[in-house]
Amino acid sequence: MKPRPVCVSASDIISTVEFNYSGELLATGDKGGRVVIFQREQESKNRLLSRGEYNVYSTFQSHEPEFDYLKSLEIEEKINKIRWLPQQNAAHFLLSANDKTIKLWKISERDKRAEGYNLKDEDGRLRDPFRITTLRVPVLMPMDLMVEASPRRIFANAHTYHINSISVNSDYETYISADDLRINLWHLEITDRSFNIVDIKPANMEELTEVITAAECHPHQCNVFVYSSSKGTIRLCDMRAAALCDRHSKFFEEPEDPSSRSFFSEIISSISDVKFSHSGRYMMTRDYLSVKVWDLNMENRPVETYQVHEYLRSKLCSLYENDCIFDKFECCWNGSDSAIMTGSYNNFFRMFDRNTRRDITLEASRENSKPRAMLKPRKVCTGGKRKKDEISVDSLDFNKKILHTAWHPKENVIAVAATNNLYIFQDKIN
Amino acid sequence: MFSKGTKRKFSDGDEEISDESLVGARVASSYSLQRQSLLDMSLIKLQLCHMLVEPNLCRSVLIANTVRQIQEEMTHDGSWHMVAEAFCSAGQSPSERLVATEVLCRSREQDAEPKLFSVISYEGCREEEVVADETLCSVSVSDTVSNVCLAGRIGQCWEKSELSGVERDEEALEDSRLGSGEDEEIDTKDRASTESPKTIGQVFGTFEIKNGSPGPDSALEELFSDVDTSYYDLDTMLTGMQSAPKMGPYDILDSLAPSHSSPSIVSTPNCRSDLNELDHIMEIIVGS
Repeated sequence: MKPRPVCVSASDIISTVEFNYSGELLATGDKGGRVVIFQREQESKNRLLSRGEYNVYSTFQSHEPEFDYLKSLEIEEKINKIRWLPQQNAAHFLLSANDKTIKLWKISERDKRAEGYNLKDEDGRLRDPFRITTLRVPVLMPMDLMVEASPRRIFANAHTYHINSISVNSDYETYISADDLRINLWHLEITDRSFNIVDIKPANMEELTEVITAAECHPHQCNVFVYSSSKGTIRLCDMRAAALCDRHSKFFEEPEDPSSRSFFSEIISSISDVKFSHSGRYMMTRDYLSVKVWDLNMENRPVETYQVHEYLRSKLCSLYENDCIFDKFECCWNGSDSAIMTGSYNNFFRMFDRNTRRDITLEASRENSKPRAMLKPRKVCTGGKRKKDEISVDSLDFNKKILHTAWHPKENVIAVAATNNLYIFQDKIN
Repeated sequence: MFSKGTKRKFSDGDEEISDESLVGARVASSYSLQRQSLLDMSLIKLQLCHMLVEPNLCRSVLIANTVRQIQEEMTHDGSWHMVAEAFCSAGQSPSERLVATEVLCRSREQDAEPKLFSVISYEGCREEEVVADETLCSVSVSDTVSNVCLAGRIGQCWEKSELSGVERDEEALEDSRLGSGEDEEIDTKDRASTESPKTIGQVFGTFEIKNGSPGPDSALEELFSDVDTSYYDLDTMLTGMQSAPKMGPYDILDSLAPSHSSPSIVSTPNCRSDLNELDHIMEIIVGS
């Protein structure tokens, strides 16, 4: 894939990026609690060479900052996750979550307006009944397209800890939300209660050594979900087995390599993201230095491991010091599950082709990307002489981190969030 | 700063040792110094966790596990008792602790190949990180008294949120917790020091959330007379600098730094007007 930048947009720090099921819409959530939805332009039949670009479709404030009076703590309005619901009618629905509350938003279009009411004027004022002498039927007149977002459900007060994941179930009726210690199962229609299906909180909090870092529902089996932990393990649970899924059905863990053990081994093994493949046969996990693909039928080790930025292994101490070692990178599959993508530092992101085993490093930055130009592959020099165009490890900017990326479900279009800029790249048409 | 590392002088007046064991001894002592440095760094991070408005539980757990790991290894090595002894004497040179900790990134079996300490670009770094790094160098980290006391707070990071969860269940309306934060810190410190701080595990186990317990007695005050007060400045300064808009309203009172201006809290109609008023009043009082 040879991506070209299609559009760039600047905003507050982007905290989540997600395509909808058709890829027509792309939603981003930011640190200020706002959701911005982009829509792909319809491809014009005349201009065969131009693919649809993404333009802003709707912007709304999803979450506001709140104050927890009991703890004297602020609840951040930052959107941690957005997940779309499959489209069932003209409107679009998505779930957005901050640390404590999940909201279901309906995004609908209005392009017609009724005119010719009997009882009121065009500007809404009531007409004097005595002046009404005729009866007319209101007519629908076209108007400028207006996209409205309205909150349809608010799922609140179910999480003591910070929500890190939400995932819509394949039954399209339920969804799960996970925080550091618990996972709850919700019905989309019911907001005043949820089922707690996983609880790893120890009786004595001082014994706490492991937290939940991510959770996802299986794409086809509505009774199956997985959750990952800070110790680098993944548990697959079956909701048919028990009401409380504390006992896993499958336990995925790669045995540690004793020769590479250090004080940072546990921290870098902590899984920051878990994603099922579209096929449902595999799942992918992201830890600090690598991406691993697991076959759901094999628990003792991953089937594929990709090194994202192995050159950082010798820098773990400084990365621990400046807290970068705790950065939570996400990962994503392409539509056919043949490629995976994840982010790195210095605004680099990496793509791995599972079939050819080739990988590429690209940079998302304004300076290096002119619209319609091809992205140049980048390379990090790990030692010795630095070749031209290579960048040395010590020159990497660790403030420019790409944590969130998304891949169009059907086409080779990717969205990359670089701090407060959103880049959309798409494949060159031959 | 950490990027450069501190060169330590190897004094020549020591007794003669063979070259091999000399190198071995150097590596071993270098490793243990660096391990201690990592321990100190971790404890400070946990301390900061405690100061942040809403600590990140995953991060706290990972850091605490690292501390536990170091402590276990040190106990195994027999070097933990030295830390406990130092607790009573409280007089170690700080400079030895602040050493580049590159070696700790590698396993012990591997050769210690001399790599230059990485120069991580701090330009444009997040404000709180820059402050933390500078103060890490300037604060007397070696004070093991404060180290052990910090350990006592590890449990508090997530206990705090949990307690509130319980309170909410009981629908207890909590009055202003103004000043209770400070009491918690002092009391935790007392408690940590009164138990014999042999292992971090013990310190974990002795933790309790306190509200308004009696103050420290005179024996403990003596013990803490050596505590570097710049530590508290570190706390308050970092409280002020850490993600300013995220501070709770009562943290403003903890902030002593005169240059600190009240955080620019995004004003929302509902619950913020009170906070803004409080900010305004504090600005007048502090005179910043």
